[in-house]
Amino acid sequence: MDQDASIRTILRKFVLEELLLGDSSSMVADDASFIESSIIDSTGVLEVVSFLEETFGIRVEDREMLPENLDSIDNLAGFVTRKQHVS
Amino acid sequence: MLVNQFLQASAERFRDKTAVVCGQRRTSYGEVETVSNALAHALRDACGLRRQQRVAVYLENSVEAVETIFAVLKAGGVFVVVNPQVKSDKLAFILSDSNVRVLVTDCHALAAIVDDLVGCADLSDIILIDSSETVLREPIADAVRLADKRLHRLDDLVATHSGIRPHNPTISIDLASLIYTSGSTGMPKGVMLTHANMIAAATSITTYLENTEDDVILSPLPLAFDYGLYQVLMAFKFGGTVVLERQFLYPYRYIELVARERVTGLPIVPTISAILLNLKDLEQHDFSSVRYVTNTAQALPEHHIRRLRTVMPRARLYSMYGLTECKRVAYLPPELIDAKPTSVGVAMPDTEVWLEDEQGREVAVPGEPGELMVRGAHVMLGYWNRPEETTKRLRPGRYPYERILMTGDIFKQDADGHLYFISRKDDLIKTGGERVGPREVENVIYELEAVQESAVIGVPDPILGNAIKAFIVLREGMSLSEVEVVRYCQKRMENFMVPKHVVFLPSLPKTTTGKISKRGLA
Repeated sequence: MDQDASIRTILRKFVLEELLLGDSSSMVADDASFIESSIIDSTGVLEVVSFLEETFGIRVEDREMLPENLDSIDNLAGFVTRKQHVS
Repeated sequence: MLVNQFLQASAERFRDKTAVVCGQRRTSYGEVETVSNALAHALRDACGLRRQQRVAVYLENSVEAVETIFAVLKAGGVFVVVNPQVKSDKLAFILSDSNVRVLVTDCHALAAIVDDLVGCADLSDIILIDSSETVLREPIADAVRLADKRLHRLDDLVATHSGIRPHNPTISIDLASLIYTSGSTGMPKGVMLTHANMIAAATSITTYLENTEDDVILSPLPLAFDYGLYQVLMAFKFGGTVVLERQFLYPYRYIELVARERVTGLPIVPTISAILLNLKDLEQHDFSSVRYVTNTAQALPEHHIRRLRTVMPRARLYSMYGLTECKRVAYLPPELIDAKPTSVGVAMPDTEVWLEDEQGREVAVPGEPGELMVRGAHVMLGYWNRPEETTKRLRPGRYPYERILMTGDIFKQDADGHLYFISRKDDLIKTGGERVGPREVENVIYELEAVQESAVIGVPDPILGNAIKAFIVLREGMSLSEVEVVRYCQKRMENFMVPKHVVFLPSLPKTTTGKISKRGLA
C-alpha cells in the first residue's frame, strides 16, 4: 500500500510538471484519461515511456504501449506495480 | 452526382457491411444511411436548417461525426469540421466567420466553449451526441438556454424523425464543405469546396490508389484535416471499411488494429512513421494485409521509406503532395519509390500542373525552380468571405472561363517531368502534418504582457519534420520563463501550434525598414 502511494506521488508529480508544465489548475484526477483530458499528444506518450523506464527501472515493451497501461495515473500505477513484481 | 450519394450507393450495394469501426463500435452502411437520413430531417425540421447553411462538427473522430457529415449534406447544408483540439475563442471565430447555424458536439466540449458561444449570433441550435439521457438536465444546459440557443440530444432527434431519405434539392455546384486552414495573416480561413470539387478529388485519388470494396483503411488523422476527412469519403465511395482512431497516440494499438482488422490501406504523415519506426520490434509484427501506404503533408525522409519498404515489403508506397485548396495535386507512381524517393511524382489523373517563374513564364528547363500551378475540377471556389485572399491564391487561367490555383510552393521537375518540392513562398511551417501560420503563434505570444517582440519559425525535427521555435525579446525589467510561454500557448492553441523551443534574445534582427527579419534565425 505504501509502495503504491509513493508510486502515485511520483506519477502525479511527473504529470503536473512534465505534461501540464506546472499548471496545477489543470491537474487531473487519478482515474482521468489523459486522452479525454487532452493533456497528451503522440510525443507525450514517448515522454511517459522514457520517464517510466528511467524512474522505475522497468523496460516498457512495444506491446505494452497501450492506453490500458499508460492512459491515466491509475493505469500507470497499476502497470508500474505489475512490472516491478515481475522483475 | 453528390458527395452524399457515396453513402447512398454503398448502402444500397452493401447494406449490412461494416462501414465504420471506431473503438468498440462497428456500424454498417445501412445504419449510417438510416441515422443520417433521420438526422437530416431533424436538422431541417427541428433546427430550421435551410439549404447551404453551415453546420459545425466539433467532435473527436467518431461514428457520430461521420453520420453528421452525411446528414448535413442530405439536408442540403454545408459541413464545417473543426478539430476538437481547437480552443474556445478560435472555435467561436470559425462559427461566426462561417455563420454556423447548428453545432454538433458533446457535453464535455460544450462545457469548455459555452461562454464563447453567446457571441455567435447565427448559431441557433446545439446537438449533443452524448448517450446519457440526463445530459439535457446538466447545469450546462441552462447556460445554453440562457444564451437563447436550443439544445438537443442526437439520439432523441434520430428517434423522432423518419429514416427515409429526405428530398434534397442540392446540385453538384453547391457547397459541400468549408475546410478551415491556417493562413499567413494569422486568422484561419475557410476553403470553399463544392460537391463537384470533392467528387473530382475523391475520384482521382481512388483511381490511382486502385481502391476496391475490399479495402480497409486505418485512419488516425482528424476529420478536420482534409487528409483524414477524405479517408472516410473515399471509403464510402468504393464501399470499403474505414477504421477510425481518435489520434495516433499508442503505436502498438495501431499495429494491433492493422492485424485484427486486416487493414489494407495506411494513410500516414511522417510523424506517424517516425514513431512506428522507433519501435524496438517493428519487424516482428504482422503487416501482411497492407496493400498500400500513403504519405502527404510533408515529405517522408528517405530512411523512413527504406525501413517501411523492409517492414512491409508487399505494400505499395505512395508519396503525395497536395494542399487543402484543391485537396491533392500529385503522386509518385509507387514503382518509382526506390529510384526517386524524394519526388512527389506527376499530376494525379484529370489534373494539369506546371511551374512558373516570378515573371509568370512557364519554366520548361529541368531543374529550374518555379511555383507550382494547378488546373482541375477539384480546385476550390475560393476562401469564404475573403475575396482579397482568394485573388492571391486563384487567378484568371489560361482560358478565360477558369481560375487556376497558385500553390505558393516552389518545385523543380526532372527530365522525366517528376516533381520535387523545394520550399514555400510564404513562411507557413509544416509540422506534424499540419500547416501553421507563424503569425497566429506570434499573436498569441504577444498576448503575454512581458513580451516586447516575437518571431516564430520552423526548425528541423526528427519526429515532427519541423518543430515550432519562438524567439522572444522581453520588455525591460520584466521576466518570463520558457515554461510559462509554453503553458500559455497550450491554453490558447491546438497542441501542434505550441512552440517546442523558446529562446529569449536581447533583440531580434531587423530589416532596413525596421521590420523583424527572420533570416538568420535558427
